[in-house]
Amino acid sequence: MTVTSNRSPISSGKIKPITTSEDWIMRGLLLLGTLWLFVGVVFPLYPMLIRSFYDSNGSWVGLSNYVKYINTPSLSVSFFNSFYIAIVSTIIAVSLALIFSYALTRTAMVGKPWFKILGMLPIYIPPIATAIGLIYLFGNKGLVTTGAFGRLPTWDINLYGANGIILGEVLYVFPQALVILTTALSLTDARLYEAAQALRTSPMRTFLTITIPSVKYGLISAMFVCFILAFTDFGVPKVVGGDFNVLATDIYKQVIGQQNFSMGATISVFLLIPTVFAFVIDRIIQRKQTALVTAKAVPLQPKSNPMLDGIMFAFCSLIVGLILIVFATIILASLVQVWPYNFQLGFKHYNFNNVAGGGYNAYWNSIVMSLYTALLGTIIVFIGAYLVEKGKGLKWLRSLNYFLSTVPLALPGLVLGLAYVFFFNNPSNPLNGLYGTLGILVICNIIHFYTVCFLTASTGLKQIDPEFEAVSASMAVPFYKTFWLVTVPLCLPILLEIGIYYFVNTMVTISAIIFLYPAHIPLAAVAIINMDDAGDIAPAAAMSTLIVLTSMGIRAIYWWGTKGLRKRNQAWLKRS
Amino acid sequence: MSQIPEKSKVSAAKVNQDLPNELTIPVERQLTEPYLQIENVNKVFGEFVALKDIYLNVYPGEFVCLLGPSGCGKTTLLRIICGLETQTSGRIMQGGKDVSQLPPQKRDFGIVFQSYALFPNLTAEQNIAYGLENAKKPKAEIRQRVTELLELVGLEGLGKKYPSQMSGGQQQRVALARALALSPGLLLLDEPLSALDAKVRDKLRGEITKVQRRLGITTVMVTHDQSEALAMADRVVVMDKGYIAQVGTANSIYQYPQSPFVANFIGVMNFLEGVIIAEKQIRCGNLTFNVPQNQLSVNQRAKLAIRPEDIQVVFEQTNNKTENTLTAQVEDIEFLGSVYRLTLNPEGDAKESLIVEINTHQARQLDLNNLQSLNIYFPPEQVKVF
Repeated sequence: MTVTSNRSPISSGKIKPITTSEDWIMRGLLLLGTLWLFVGVVFPLYPMLIRSFYDSNGSWVGLSNYVKYINTPSLSVSFFNSFYIAIVSTIIAVSLALIFSYALTRTAMVGKPWFKILGMLPIYIPPIATAIGLIYLFGNKGLVTTGAFGRLPTWDINLYGANGIILGEVLYVFPQALVILTTALSLTDARLYEAAQALRTSPMRTFLTITIPSVKYGLISAMFVCFILAFTDFGVPKVVGGDFNVLATDIYKQVIGQQNFSMGATISVFLLIPTVFAFVIDRIIQRKQTALVTAKAVPLQPKSNPMLDGIMFAFCSLIVGLILIVFATIILASLVQVWPYNFQLGFKHYNFNNVAGGGYNAYWNSIVMSLYTALLGTIIVFIGAYLVEKGKGLKWLRSLNYFLSTVPLALPGLVLGLAYVFFFNNPSNPLNGLYGTLGILVICNIIHFYTVCFLTASTGLKQIDPEFEAVSASMAVPFYKTFWLVTVPLCLPILLEIGIYYFVNTMVTISAIIFLYPAHIPLAAVAIINMDDAGDIAPAAAMSTLIVLTSMGIRAIYWWGTKGLRKRNQAWLKRS
Repeated sequence: MSQIPEKSKVSAAKVNQDLPNELTIPVERQLTEPYLQIENVNKVFGEFVALKDIYLNVYPGEFVCLLGPSGCGKTTLLRIICGLETQTSGRIMQGGKDVSQLPPQKRDFGIVFQSYALFPNLTAEQNIAYGLENAKKPKAEIRQRVTELLELVGLEGLGKKYPSQMSGGQQQRVALARALALSPGLLLLDEPLSALDAKVRDKLRGEITKVQRRLGITTVMVTHDQSEALAMADRVVVMDKGYIAQVGTANSIYQYPQSPFVANFIGVMNFLEGVIIAEKQIRCGNLTFNVPQNQLSVNQRAKLAIRPEDIQVVFEQTNNKTENTLTAQVEDIEFLGSVYRLTLNPEGDAKESLIVEINTHQARQLDLNNLQSLNIYFPPEQVKVF
């Protein structure tokens, strides 16, 4: 053969590709992303944990805060109360959501599109607003309690306490479970059911052996998500909790009421541990999940079954009816002049001049904060997910990035907010300048809702052909050009979806920012708390209505504005 | 060459030892320097050895196919050639330059993937122009080049369409045009036809080779489809479990397989277990066959191999058995269009069944409907032993 020539010998060592400027850009961005997650997630937790070992005067007291907490019955009882509330709400909400989503995906019930939209309605209602709605329905002077002021039989459900909290939490977490379960139920292969039919399997056995196993992971996920949300929620127990204390309200009372930050930090740890536990267990279980549905799966077309369809229709109407009644009550309460004496309607309560909370200034601040969060959050999350999914090299750093991006899901808003106070309010922190600005509120919100957005972006990016980067490299096109010319346009619907998610959640959130917002930046959702505290419940209902309508308005604008875009994208993604 | 370990030098040389040289490398190419040289390449993923001591030369203008079952390392080798993966050790030379450590952006190649990897938000034209625009070529030049390329792959007038508006075959052509746009020195095809249906695949097979010949571009294709490899490639590299089993022209690999693996992977091969009993004889059960000269020693266990089309049917009903002839029961008859494939159970101790292909003309003579058994003959010159 003609191989030999005067070339250098082959080195026997390990081959390492040379590092290009592109690699350096990639590495730099990845490092920056990691730094961001450390500052946003990891560093703030440290001073908070440390604080729980100090007393209010700043002296080291070891575990005595914890001992004191456990030995004070009025405090430690909240721990069990929180568990009780979270478990009961989770069981109720997930059961209802499972039936609801089954009706949406597997029956030929009429009105499915409407049920789908209305079932998701509570997403736009801050939990605290739901609680206010419940007061006007089931409170002492509520419509139901008084039997519509004597016109109907009365029914007192003893709202203030566990009943009210559970009812509020169920409404709050129901749509979250619904999203997860609807997705799980719609990912199926009709051929499995056809095979079962061909083997003459009874409907019950089919349900138990095909349907349930296929949604098992979705069901588990839904339960953990609902548990975490109900366990850590602050808005509902704050308004309808009465004497029934839970961890979240305890933290608030310690920090805002008694200025006892050390005990606040201690209780935060009690709130954090079960949440992290639930998060870790869920992660471990989800890791076992393997794809049951391949790209070749045939979508299931539900067949009509008048009896089942009828029952399901009645069930869904009942759920949606309850949601609509609560929603309508909030609006009604905001319009009624003097509940329950003067039922004339008017916009009196929308004039926030004589009440606490900051009025339209707060409303406007919330919109600005939500817009910034949506814009910056979407950019940061998407670039972060891109680097993790499509980056090459530095595998350990990308894994670390992925892990840190999922951690915020395990951090209750109150804990995160309190941690930010401890971390950023420290004068020796170079980022101290951010404290008390809109900037820190935006950062806190971006991190608070980071995980869901990150996972959405990752899922979207995974669907993009992994060879795009390889093809670009073969044409000597740097990755950032392909990112901008191909990846971003393809992911535009996902980007907008993430933006909306950020906007809506930032509009309604209270827990993460209640300790963090400075006096000169009042916020709408916080204003509801302040008005409720001051007894101005009708203006609180008015502010709730504004928030809900704004979120829904943004969603509607998005829907209409992106019609053409979605159509075009469908055409792109369609495979012959 | 002094650094190459002695062992692998032997294995590289051994591969083609008995073959006439002209069957492995076309004569005109032996005179030139190879364009692509793969030297002692190894790839290890953790514990798993994906590629072991790979040596391969690809000559200018040559079309080489990497062929093997899934998991044999062919795709890994292709990705190493273009820098999408980095070999654990060894060297890649392209155009006389060591490119081992270069990232794909710095190498000179165009690539077509099985998934096409066309950018769905760009039209066919924009896809083809993607690399040209990045290279900041003048607009008019780009337009001209794109038109040229569309013509080359037979897609005149379809440049404004989006990939989703095109058929699989058309998308594949766009991908080919895009890979050729920057006039690379090396064209890499990664299972380019696997996602297409049979008819389109056959048509594109011919067109890809036509374009390749016309441009004279050095090409390496990965495929698991042996008929594709045999039909398209100048030389086929058969791979198995991370090593190169055999390199040669389609004909030489089919005619002179060097191992049972190659024999069985390329085309169909019948095997009978046996023992070498003399220099040119093997005994399989109670049957003795004359076989060509081989290097196996007497009393060694061996396999007799013969292709279905090389087994001859003996029509004369003679009772005195001649050499290399046996009687077999007909188990199954399969009609394949131009040929019939018979599955036969040989009389005697041999446990393996045999596959024999006969053409329609012979079939007519045989009265297939009532066929119970028949005599078959193994021409000694067509028999191989391993």
